[in-house]
Amino acid sequence: MSTATIRIPTPLRSFTGGADEVTVGADTVRGALDALGERHDGLIPRILTETGEARPFVNIYLGSKNVKTLDGLATTIADGDVVSIIPAVAGGRS
Amino acid sequence: MSAKDRRLAELRGSIPEIDPIDAAALQARGAVLIDVREPDEIAAGSPVGAERIVRGFLELKVENAVPDPKTTVLCLCAGGVRSLFAAEGLRTLGYEDVRSVRGGFNRWKTDQLPIEVPARLDDDARERFSRHMLMPEVGEKGQLRLLESKVLCIGAGGLGSPVALYLAAAGVGTIGIVDDDVVDRSNLQRQIVHTDARVGESKVSSARETLTALWPKANVVGFETRLTSDNVDEIFGQGWDVVVDGSDNFPTRYLVNDACVKHAIPNVHGSIFRFEGQATVFWPTRPAADGQRGPCYRCLYAEPPPPELAPSCAEAGVLGVLPGVIGLLEAVETVKIVLGIGKPLVGRLLTYDALEQRFTELQLEPDPGCAYCAPGKPFPGYVDYVQACAAPAAVAAATS
Ligand SMILES: [Zn+2]
Repeated sequence: MSTATIRIPTPLRSFTGGADEVTVGADTVRGALDALGERHDGLIPRILTETGEARPFVNIYLGSKNVKTLDGLATTIADGDVVSIIPAVAGGRS
Repeated sequence: MSAKDRRLAELRGSIPEIDPIDAAALQARGAVLIDVREPDEIAAGSPVGAERIVRGFLELKVENAVPDPKTTVLCLCAGGVRSLFAAEGLRTLGYEDVRSVRGGFNRWKTDQLPIEVPARLDDDARERFSRHMLMPEVGEKGQLRLLESKVLCIGAGGLGSPVALYLAAAGVGTIGIVDDDVVDRSNLQRQIVHTDARVGESKVSSARETLTALWPKANVVGFETRLTSDNVDEIFGQGWDVVVDGSDNFPTRYLVNDACVKHAIPNVHGSIFRFEGQATVFWPTRPAADGQRGPCYRCLYAEPPPPELAPSCAEAGVLGVLPGVIGLLEAVETVKIVLGIGKPLVGRLLTYDALEQRFTELQLEPDPGCAYCAPGKPFPGYVDYVQACAAPAAVAAATS
């Protein structure tokens, strides 16, 4: 099992008690998200659909790469990897 | 024989001369034609596509115009004499194939070869943009490009304020602003293009006042309306070189994206939330010669989030300085695109965390199945999404 850091975007930090990073142990990106969800209730439905796929307005990155361009959520992770959750953000004018 | 005539005879013996018609043909095949006459002579006309470097500065400036000493260089003056001296100077500098145009611009005109009256910076512009002119990457040519450019800003709010202000300062000649809002006192914590005295005034007219106070010649084109599928084509179809998205809601962002794809306009994107921001350039129609095609917004996020999963807009809050950081990244990208210099933020998402003071770069890939930007697909039409903004109560329930 590898230890990875998950970066939590501001809109979802209310689910992690304000934490901007959560460190988890897992073998894959999906495993990392599962571990995150076990610790922080209500967060995963914001990121994944009921069938466990990334929602269309959320992208998940491993390092600088979108996991879509790798093996999706099955992408394996190594020690020290950074998983970023990047939701669509609209703000700007107001 | 006078000393001058002796010297000219010497030069005619060593510098090859070429007739204007042959010079024009060589120019069409990649040779560089340099008009070495004085600015007041050139103001009345000059060969189309010529570099214009006054004789006195020729050796000092030629390398910016002609970096490769193997390039064929054709010198032109009014009558074909000064160009002999110019050609010799370039030869001494190491240019291998330098020729002088026989009969100069007078013959060029008589032979009815193409001429143009070059656009010139006036004295005000020359002084105002002097720090741009000093850089070879901009110079007079680049500044003229900025002056002729048209940039459309979506929103004159947090992002649009610094964008429009710096674009006007940089000399972007025409700045369009789409905004249907009026200035509110709570805007002034970040929307620096407005003032306390203009609370209650339309944002478009308030922005125009600030921009023209900075640069009276700025042409500010206002659209005091909300962007919809009904007006987006009319507004975007006015020859904009770049669109800068500083909107605050998903329906507008998707309209901006879809219209930029349809009209093949680079879309400089920025968004902010509390202490975090993102910037990128969506430009799927970027000419292939410039590199790989980038994604559009829909390649990243095919659909906006439903209201119950979107962060509340009204309650979100934002650090007042943050849109300055992200807006200026957008302004930098815009100026680079207009000038055609540097590496645009295409296919790269720059995220910024103000609390950590950290920038992260993520790679963005175009979606080969994207309904909007994948090559060969018909334009699927605009979508008027309902404002996907959760009511404060729903967010409170969802986040409690
Ligand atoms: Zn696309």
